[in-house]
Amino acid sequence: MKANSPWVFLPLVGFVLLAVLLASGLGRDPQELPSALVGKPVPNFSLPSLMTDKTLTQDSLKGRWQLLNVWATWCPTCYVEHPFLLELAARGVAIAGLNYKDESDPARQYLAEHGNPFTHVIVDADGQLGLDLGVYGAPETFLINPEGEIVLRHAGDLNARVWQEKFVPLLEQDQQGGEA
Amino acid sequence: MTMILRIAFLLCVSLSAIAAPDIYQFDTPEQEQRFRVLLDELRCPKCQNQSLADSDAGIAQDMRTRVEAMIKEGKSNDEIVDYFVARYGDFVSYRPPVTPTTSILWLAPLLLLGSGAVVIVLLLRRASARVDESDEGSEDSDVNQRGDR
Amino acid sequence: MAAEIGHLSLWLALAAALCLSVFPLIGVHRNILALQWYARPLAWVQWLALTLSMVCLGYSFYINDFSVAYVANHSNSALPLAYRLSAIWGGHEGSLLLWGWMLGGWAAVVGVLSRSVPLHMVARVLSVMGMISVGFLLFMLLTSNPFDRVLPWFPLDGADLNPLLQDPGLIIHPPMLYMGYVGFSVAFAFAVAGLLAGNMDPAWARWARPWTTVAWSFLTVGIALGSWWAYYELGWGGWWFWDPVENASLLPWLAGTALIHSLAVTEKRNMFRAWTVLLAIIAFSLSLLGTFLVRSGVLTSVHAFANDPERGTFILVFLSVVAGGALTLFAFRSSALTNNKGFKPVSREAFLLGNNLILLTATFVVLVGTIAPLFFEAMDLKISIRSPYFNGFFVPLTLVLILLMVPGVFSNWKRQDGNGLLKRMALLAPAAIIAGWFGAQLPEPSPWQGVLAIMLALFLVFAHMDDVVRRARAYGQGFFTGLAKLGRGYWGMVMAHCGLAVLVAGITLVSFHEVERDIRMGPGDQAAIGDYVFTFDSMDRYDGPNFDATRGHFHVTHKGEPEAIMHPEKRTYHASGQIMTEAAIDAGFWRDLYVAMGEPLDDGHAWAVRIYFKPGIRWIWLGALIMALGGAVALSDKRYRRLRFATSEEGVSHES
Repeated sequence: MKANSPWVFLPLVGFVLLAVLLASGLGRDPQELPSALVGKPVPNFSLPSLMTDKTLTQDSLKGRWQLLNVWATWCPTCYVEHPFLLELAARGVAIAGLNYKDESDPARQYLAEHGNPFTHVIVDADGQLGLDLGVYGAPETFLINPEGEIVLRHAGDLNARVWQEKFVPLLEQDQQGGEA
Repeated sequence: MTMILRIAFLLCVSLSAIAAPDIYQFDTPEQEQRFRVLLDELRCPKCQNQSLADSDAGIAQDMRTRVEAMIKEGKSNDEIVDYFVARYGDFVSYRPPVTPTTSILWLAPLLLLGSGAVVIVLLLRRASARVDESDEGSEDSDVNQRGDR
Repeated sequence: MAAEIGHLSLWLALAAALCLSVFPLIGVHRNILALQWYARPLAWVQWLALTLSMVCLGYSFYINDFSVAYVANHSNSALPLAYRLSAIWGGHEGSLLLWGWMLGGWAAVVGVLSRSVPLHMVARVLSVMGMISVGFLLFMLLTSNPFDRVLPWFPLDGADLNPLLQDPGLIIHPPMLYMGYVGFSVAFAFAVAGLLAGNMDPAWARWARPWTTVAWSFLTVGIALGSWWAYYELGWGGWWFWDPVENASLLPWLAGTALIHSLAVTEKRNMFRAWTVLLAIIAFSLSLLGTFLVRSGVLTSVHAFANDPERGTFILVFLSVVAGGALTLFAFRSSALTNNKGFKPVSREAFLLGNNLILLTATFVVLVGTIAPLFFEAMDLKISIRSPYFNGFFVPLTLVLILLMVPGVFSNWKRQDGNGLLKRMALLAPAAIIAGWFGAQLPEPSPWQGVLAIMLALFLVFAHMDDVVRRARAYGQGFFTGLAKLGRGYWGMVMAHCGLAVLVAGITLVSFHEVERDIRMGPGDQAAIGDYVFTFDSMDRYDGPNFDATRGHFHVTHKGEPEAIMHPEKRTYHASGQIMTEAAIDAGFWRDLYVAMGEPLDDGHAWAVRIYFKPGIRWIWLGALIMALGGAVALSDKRYRRLRFATSEEGVSHES
């Protein structure tokens, strides 16, 4: 009667580990890219404003909690997202806009027609600021703290569910920290 | 002879006159080679199944233009990759970063190879001893064996 | 109506599969021959039911029945008939039906071609295959029914087959691939049957080997077709991307290759039995793993069928039952199989051990590289692993493998004279070195890695030529008589190994010598690569059956002489709006010329055109085809055609 060498269990153990690993991957979205800039300050920039003659820099994104929404007139999903942005703005959320690789006249017209939720809009005609922010499509929304650091990046349209699940907890966390 | 030379000259001139411009232009062939290699090693963050070389996405075009500019500025391959990793994360490079955590990627197969080799050596020793013990007479020990595997 | 019949037929197949899983095994356990006997007919019933389902689905496509959800999602009334039918396997549910149908087919064929195998073994093998069928049928019936209806509001026309799939490649690539995946289930079933039997008949390897070889050949063809298809269809001239789903097909192939070689040892010397059984379990488990990766949404891939965690969970459970069950059985029963005889360190057995180690390491590399991103994601680290990682291992592994193949082919079983071996190799080496060096100077001098690879590929080919000559002469009856006497198993090996050499040479050539240019071209413009001059003559538009196209007309000259006329296209498909790049390829034995239209510039007056010169790329697929043919030739060896074996006792049932 040959005794079993314990090594014969190795393949089974290996497989179990593999199965656990695979199970952990289920339900996660493999396409979602975390931002490489979380915890880092907004990159320096000096770009024109869409609505005024001023030049805007990274300082315009400091001083309070605000969103930075990347949008363009060529982006159909931005159109779908727009009403929710107006809703947020009406509730008092500060939203800055980044007009990404777009033309200014159609952009101004778009805001005139559909409403302007933005406190100010940065014109990024060649996409360089977008590149520096790690933007890879529109729409995207960044959450920026009063120190001008990026706390979160959401790629895709911003809607009530995403707002509630991703953004609100971070804002509440800061409020609680402030009160303590 | 002069006729042939004249035609050849005209052909050369006409070719260069209407030779179409490369979309990405470099000063040296080495630069162009580096460009091609880098494009294959960077991943499109939008069309995530494609490298920068293959993707038609807007962001990929922007990134390609940036790579071209950085090569001409004299940046090294590592600097260019680091530039994009700083903005898009490690995901954007097809070369995984080498850190203590990721080192398992390379250590694990090497470990397998090493331990496998050790196992084989032990097996060979035991098997060799068995031959000496039993000496059943070798099977098909010379080239006279037929083409039978 | 057809859809309902098809659906019902799936339930019928499930019933047959359940019976097949249970009754023959009871028959083996209780020594009831009649129950064992029923295994073959049950396999037929299962397959016939599955065939009916396939026919019904095909019919639904044929008549454009868009009330069937699957048809609505993958077809269109304007879709040409060939694609309407091959759309059966164009999506997740239908491709599962294809899997199930092939599994049923293989089981039926195993029943037919196993007359020389004792009944109790056949019963066990078919039972195991029945159990796997149960899994697939349940998967379909519970989560992925191809016959679901969209009622009462069904679309007037379908969403069309993905334009990427509207291509002859789709008609043949998945069926070939699945024949391979499914075929490994036979080796798996034999392995599990051997473990269940508790003692291994010496003929076990001879029974299992041809099934493994044919599955391997199909898988080789399937992978080669996938590579070729990606090359011309995806528009950017690549032939292998180390994409997770490509890797999923390579995993069972590598394990299967190791299995074929391990089976050779088991068949010849009745050794390494436990290891061979383990490899068989691993190979098929990797097939199932591939199915999981493609359908679970766990990894990003151009191929991913379905991103559905529910389906992913089902397959994972199924995979766990199959692989986990088999590996547990292995852990408890494998000691009964060990039968290790002796062999010397320099012997064919030793070199085959080396072969297995290299191939297993390669399999492990592919597995790690594919699954690791999941592992790191759990640590919030998102990384990408592609060619730099894989090639970093594969290049040295392949070269070492080739170096081992030569002495492996030369060596005798059990013991080989080491000095004789070295002398033989030393005689051939200079020829390979010189020829390889010269070969590697074309079309341009290669870097040392390329030179080394070509030298090794030639070494492999010369070694086999030398071996053929020696063995033919060894009969002592003249060269040609001896040649005719060499067994087909031997010729199969020679072909397969030389096919690998051709493949390696092709990869080396194209990797080191391909040239790519991105050029802005309008009508009248020219561009050159080496001695080839490409002229963009004109552009026009035309309407296809289900798309609009803009087509460019190029002519190419080589050193002034006309070489090719090429018509790359940009198509917009009506139903989906998707834009496809149809590259123009001038194929040649020595080189491909490849022209693709990228983006329109200047409002469509000019285009960003991509032009490639790819030397030796066809050798990659040619090499793979030769390998697969080698497998087919080996199968026709006369020892598989003998109907009776002396070793197994007929009609006596062994206790398990």
